[in-house]
Amino acid sequence: MAEKPVLHYFNARGKMESIRWLLAAAGVEFEEEFIASPEDMAKLKTDERFMFQQVPMVEMDGMKLVQSRAILNYIATKYNLYGKDAKERVLIDMYTEGMTDLNEMFILLPMASKEEKPDKIATIKDKTKNRYLPAFEKVLKSHGQDYLVGNRLSRADILMVELLYYIEELDASLLDGFPLLQALKTRISNLPNVKKFLQPGSQRKPPLDEKVLEEARKTFKL
Amino acid sequence: MCFHSPGSSSSARVTVAVFPGLFSGWDSGSALAHCQLKKDSSGAGLCPVPLFLGSKSLSPAHTPSNRGHGPPTYPEACGNIWNSFDEEFLETQEQLKKLQEEGHLMFQQVPMVEMDGMKLVQTRCILHYIADKHHLFGKNLKERTMIDMYVEGTLDLLETLIMHPFLKPADQKKDLVAMAHKAIALYFPVFEKVLRCSGENFLVGNQLSLADVILLQTILAMEERIPTVLSAFPYLQDYTSRLSEIPTIKRFLEPGSKKKPPPDEQYVKTVYEVFLS
Repeated sequence: MAEKPVLHYFNARGKMESIRWLLAAAGVEFEEEFIASPEDMAKLKTDERFMFQQVPMVEMDGMKLVQSRAILNYIATKYNLYGKDAKERVLIDMYTEGMTDLNEMFILLPMASKEEKPDKIATIKDKTKNRYLPAFEKVLKSHGQDYLVGNRLSRADILMVELLYYIEELDASLLDGFPLLQALKTRISNLPNVKKFLQPGSQRKPPLDEKVLEEARKTFKL
Repeated sequence: MCFHSPGSSSSARVTVAVFPGLFSGWDSGSALAHCQLKKDSSGAGLCPVPLFLGSKSLSPAHTPSNRGHGPPTYPEACGNIWNSFDEEFLETQEQLKKLQEEGHLMFQQVPMVEMDGMKLVQTRCILHYIADKHHLFGKNLKERTMIDMYVEGTLDLLETLIMHPFLKPADQKKDLVAMAHKAIALYFPVFEKVLRCSGENFLVGNQLSLADVILLQTILAMEERIPTVLSAFPYLQDYTSRLSEIPTIKRFLEPGSKKKPPPDEQYVKTVYEVFLS
């Protein structure tokens, strides 16, 4: 029996969360090894499994994969979530890269200082409402299909829904005026693998709260 | 690398919006490609090829030698690859607004490359599309994944170079030191080891790939700022020289090509004017 992928990261969303979502949606069980101490951090510099001394790192299929995009590309290809040809792939790429730009703002938000936070939140809300959600609502409207690309589930839908949950966490009213995206969120959330992942007790990580971040700052002397 | 005929009977032109000088950090790859399908003297249309592989115009003497007969060998391909593309440079805010209002930019941003009937945005998306099309993405999923990893790592480094001109002059020196440290401690050792262990001329699968192109671009751009950055890496030095001798790459590195010069004050000024005025 094939070994389960092992995810190496902090016990937090960060750059690993989209990988967790994709594996979960594909129905792939995985294990996690968390970086929890300064000793674990120090290992990154000397352990050759970490190609650029960084995480995320995913051990799967005999490889030590690094760089979140490379990891996502591999998983999406392996589990047929990357379109059926080059033209679908390029659309999926375009959409997911745009989503990744927005997702990165969410990932970095907890790290902002108290003074910077209000501005950063305002920027995220503005970009969400005026740049990104309209672009994707337009895609769904243009073809009237249940999925963003090629009339079937792809990594683009999964990342979109992950992002919609973060947007909802920040300010649910941001989703007003985007009925097709709301419907996509509901539809994808009801897929058995995704539904399971959304339940408490799954490997989905909660938002970073102040206390956890303070602890992490102390532990890793950030 | 394909140069078979798509059967088009007329020239197709594609435009991309880009800053003059902006993509000196990005110009190898695809960010600025304006690809042009042209007929050669035999009447067959020819595929556009990535910016980084070619020189400006199709010369009638450069006709493909094995059109339609399977993938050409590397030396043949490079000898025959040419590239012709146009560029539209952004110089004013009005130009940007027009592109945005007319719906050409999916996320209201550049780069944008028009090719094959599509308006592609997002640099990685564009790079992947061109690499896929021109067989620069390995022979199988494992090679593709290795290329992906190397490209992503290198892009992390390249991105610091791209942001560098926008730092306050007082911060720039510190930034260069940090950049050099990152290159020498994190990234170059990885690629030096790959080349040393494989004994091959390329990073993956013994043939030119996107990983080589992006790394070459990054090394050359870094050397412009930090001339000694490769001094501890003999294999990377050889690799850089060898890649630079590939005919298409050599042409691109010559004066007069579309390769952009290092970013200067005029470029920084233009970016601010277009985006922030």
